[in-house]
Amino acid sequence: MISQQGTHEGVGKGPVPRISEAPDMEGRFGEYGGVFVPETLIAPLRELDEFYEKLRHDDAFVDQLRELWASFAGRPTPLQFASRLTRLVQKGLGQKRGASIWLKREDLCHTGAHKINNALGQCLMAKKMGKKRVIAETGAGQHGVATATACAQLGLDCVVYMGAEDCRRQALNVTRMRMMGATVVPVEGGTRTLKDATNEAMRDWMGSSETTHYVLGSVVGPHPFPMIVRDFQSIIGIETKGQSLRHLGGIPDAIVACVGGGSNAAGIFYPFVDEKVKLFGVEAGGRSSEPGEHAAPLCLGSPGVLHGSLSYVLQSADGQTEAVHSCSAGLDYPGVGPEHAYWKDAGRVKYSAATDREAMEAMLELARSEGILCALETAHAVHAAMGIAADMDREQNLVICLSGRGDKDVDEASRLMREAGLFKD
Amino acid sequence: MSGRIDQIFSELRSGGRRAVMPFVCGQHPRPGATGEILRALERAGAPIVEIGVPFSDPIADGPTIAGAMHSALEAGANPRGLLEEIAAVRGELSIGLVAMVSVSIAHRLGGADGFVDLAADCGLDGLIVPDLPLEASGGFLKACERRGLSLSLLVAPTTPEERVREIAASCRGFVYLLARAGITGEREGAVDLAGPVGRVRAVTDLPIAAGFGISSPAQVAEAVRHADAAIVGSALVRRISESDDPAGEAERFVRSLVEAAGPGASEGPTASAGPEISRG
Ligand SMILES: Cc1ncc(COP(=O)(O)O)c(C=O)c1O
Repeated sequence: MISQQGTHEGVGKGPVPRISEAPDMEGRFGEYGGVFVPETLIAPLRELDEFYEKLRHDDAFVDQLRELWASFAGRPTPLQFASRLTRLVQKGLGQKRGASIWLKREDLCHTGAHKINNALGQCLMAKKMGKKRVIAETGAGQHGVATATACAQLGLDCVVYMGAEDCRRQALNVTRMRMMGATVVPVEGGTRTLKDATNEAMRDWMGSSETTHYVLGSVVGPHPFPMIVRDFQSIIGIETKGQSLRHLGGIPDAIVACVGGGSNAAGIFYPFVDEKVKLFGVEAGGRSSEPGEHAAPLCLGSPGVLHGSLSYVLQSADGQTEAVHSCSAGLDYPGVGPEHAYWKDAGRVKYSAATDREAMEAMLELARSEGILCALETAHAVHAAMGIAADMDREQNLVICLSGRGDKDVDEASRLMREAGLFKD
Repeated sequence: MSGRIDQIFSELRSGGRRAVMPFVCGQHPRPGATGEILRALERAGAPIVEIGVPFSDPIADGPTIAGAMHSALEAGANPRGLLEEIAAVRGELSIGLVAMVSVSIAHRLGGADGFVDLAADCGLDGLIVPDLPLEASGGFLKACERRGLSLSLLVAPTTPEERVREIAASCRGFVYLLARAGITGEREGAVDLAGPVGRVRAVTDLPIAAGFGISSPAQVAEAVRHADAAIVGSALVRRISESDDPAGEAERFVRSLVEAAGPGASEGPTASAGPEISRG
């Protein structure tokens, strides 16, 4: 099976369903999630749901995917003790404080981020469904690159929608996708960023679902996407669990991950939601908590419908999607996966936000203490983790989901760091 | 009972006539323009007008309508402002006014009960909520029945038979039939709705309005050979966007559509709808 915990099987068995048992048959995580799309997409979504439910239990598929993850994507990724970062946090705290910090190294995946886990899973599924064409949306370009890569590996046609503004900001990733044979379509509508790229991919799919699979890049969108993407990303948490048992002699005390749409966080959290582990999600606090200055729907938004599901969103009082800002293009999204909304309301995961400046500082601290240049998205988690670890006991362990590497960010990040006085050439 | 919309379709049917249902984007080309455009559409002979509530992320719409919504929003359009404009002109008009509104906006403006009350209080006669699936439509259906509004859910070419029946059973006023898979936008070529309309007729007596990709007088004539109404959106919205005299242009264009749907349609297969047609 793709994920360790059941999804549908256990629903309704006990009086209080376990947190891991969501979503229900209608794709609801508590009151969140669901399927809010034009009728045209209902049939393809149902087809996908049914197909996936079979595939999940198909040993041949699971073996093939595990083989791709291993030999092509480089899994399992290491769980590494960050000794110098740990010491940096412990400095001045006294003998008893400051947890050990461990890094789940998704940055070592092929193409440089966790996104490849889901892209390979969905592209392999597309092939099994007999679809020859794949479409995807992308913001920073990491999911687009992962999908273009998976399509090249599996022999599928690939079209990636990307906001025109993001194409400019992430030109390197546009070139990478094109070199792998993908068609990149710059989206000129709306704010010309990730949400508009998502709109455009959904529009394409409304007319093309017979031949085309839509590879959504995070745990967002209508059911069954939040469940499918979570399950494919759960390999992060499954590996982390096994590795912690070996290296720490037990499960970690805390896990920290950044949250854009929420896929790396859901992937590492999900296998632990019914365990005694504190879970922390970190959103993009941007420049301030004023509207338009951040991308933190869980911390600063409210429930609403965007891109086919009900979740926390950044929306005006009129129901229009609000502008968002983050220094990291991968977190620059006004919505978040419905399962995170569910976990937030249930009190299972604590969500906070790190500002642009805090993320940039953490990026440099990790680079200098550990020799790891992480993605700007990831740096939000690193910042929060340093604070959380400082509040924990010395014998405790904290794991950071190191979702991606920073190669894509060096130009933009160094420019912003110079402006902020954090970095000199 | 969905009030005015039932009455309009019942009159059309007893007169053996088919309708053109123009779609316009509310507060487009600018806030303040809605009343003038609606008056023009009534003069042109449209019995019911569909008014799109501008939304930042309309996933069912192609570049023409999405572009109009974005430019209206930039010019200051907002749902409450639009509803006020509709309320202000309602008293002068006898045509049916149906809002096409994303569930995102309806959810934010009070949910099923709150939004339906707001819409009814402003003189709207019905709602089309294109991203509201059958499974989540119960609250809206109850609220619309309570206020006498029509509620049209979508039937798509991809909708399986049994589901068409369930969708039709959850509609009031008329069923919205998507003439094609895909998004709104002008299309060339013949429109043959014999099959798609037949699928819906087989399970309901409600009138059927077909939209998406119907853009010319000839296509309207083809559509109403089978459907009770043809919905024309992008072709009209584009003309409103491009014209110096949006209301005049809208009136001329819709009149040409109404003429195309007109006399020929009266000999059309209204009878094929079955003997039971009066439901006023
Ligand atoms: C390295 C990295 N981390 C995190 C994210 C955010 O996505 P998610 O929240 O779905 O993991 C992205 C998105 O592009 C990314 O590239």
